[in-house]
Amino acid sequence: MIVRIMGEGQVEVADSHFPELNKLDDELLAEMEGGDEEGFRRTLGALLDAVRRLGTPLPDDALEPSELILPAADAGLDEVREMLSDDGLIPG
Amino acid sequence: MSGVMKRMGMIFRAKANKALDRAEDPRETLDYSYQKQLELLQKVRRGVADVATSRKRLELQLNQLQGQSAKLEDQGRKALALGREDLAREALSRRASLQQQVSDLEVQHQTLQGEEEKLTLAAQRLQAKVDAFRTKKETIKATYTAAQAQTRIAESFSGISEEMSDVGLAIQRAEDKTAQLQARAGAIDELLASGALDDQSGLGSKDDIQAELDRLSGGTDVELELQRMKAELAGGPSAQQQAIEGGAQGNGQQPQAPHRFDKQ
Repeated sequence: MIVRIMGEGQVEVADSHFPELNKLDDELLAEMEGGDEEGFRRTLGALLDAVRRLGTPLPDDALEPSELILPAADAGLDEVREMLSDDGLIPG
Repeated sequence: MSGVMKRMGMIFRAKANKALDRAEDPRETLDYSYQKQLELLQKVRRGVADVATSRKRLELQLNQLQGQSAKLEDQGRKALALGREDLAREALSRRASLQQQVSDLEVQHQTLQGEEEKLTLAAQRLQAKVDAFRTKKETIKATYTAAQAQTRIAESFSGISEEMSDVGLAIQRAEDKTAQLQARAGAIDELLASGALDDQSGLGSKDDIQAELDRLSGGTDVELELQRMKAELAGGPSAQQQAIEGGAQGNGQQPQAPHRFDKQ
C-alpha cells in the first residue's frame, strides 16, 4: 500500500506491516480526539518513523495515488483536527 | 483501518474527485487521452526505429569483419603458396580472432532482430488500439454533444432556461397588469352606474348650467300649470289649448331666461 507523508513524499509499505501501523494510528486518533497534544506529537513521531523504517520510498517522479495519508512531522494537533473537519484539506 | 491515515486519505480523494468533476469536460478528457496514446505510439515507433538503426549498424560491422576475414584467408593462402608458413599462420590466427568477433556480433544481431520484431508487433497492436479508441472517442463526443443539445432544447421548451424564464416573467407581468386594469375599469363602471362614485370625466354629467336649465324648465312648468289652471277657471278648452301653446311658445322667450344666463 502506498502511504504519503505530507511534505516528504510517498512510501510503499507491505500489507503485512499494517497491524503494527494501525495500532499507532488508532492511538493517534484517540489522542487527537482527547486533545492530548503531548501524546499526539509522540505517537505521530513514532508512526512516521515506523512508516519510514518499514517502507520503501517511491521516486519523486512516480505518479501513484496514495491510499493513506499522514500529516507532516511538524503538524500540530489543532492543524490535523482542522484537516479532518468537514471542510477537508482543500477548501471548497 | 479507521485512524487518522485512512480518514485523511479519504478526504484527499473526495476533494480531488470533486475538483476533477468540476473541471472535467468528457470531450476534453477523451481528446487528452487520445493525445497521450498518440504520444505513446510515437515513442514505440521511435523505439522500433532505434532498434532497426542499431541492427543495420551491426550488419555493416559484420560485413566489414567478414570482408577482413576473407582478406586474411586469401593472404594466408598466398603466403603458403610462397612458402611463408609463418605469415600464413599469422594471417589465420588474426582471422580466427575476427571470426570470434563475427559470431559475437551475430548473436547480438539476432537479439536485436527479435526485439525489433516484438516492437514492430507492439506498435501495430497499439496502432490498432489507438485507431479503435479514436473511433470510440468520436462516437462518445458526438453522443455527448447531442445529449447536451437535447437538454438545451428540452429546457427551452419547458421554459427552464434562464432566458425563457425571463421572457415568461415579462409576459406574466404584462398579463397581470392588463387584468388589473380591466378589473379596475369594470369596478369603476359599476360604481358609477350605482351612483356611489361621481364621474369626474365630465361626460354625461349634470353641470351647473344644466342644473340651472332644469331648474328653469321646472319653473316654467310651474308657470304653465298656473296659466293652465287660470284658463280652466276662466273658460273653455280652446282657451286652455291656446294658453298651453302660448305658454310653450313663450317658454323659449321667457323674459327672465336671458337675464338668468347673463348672470352665469
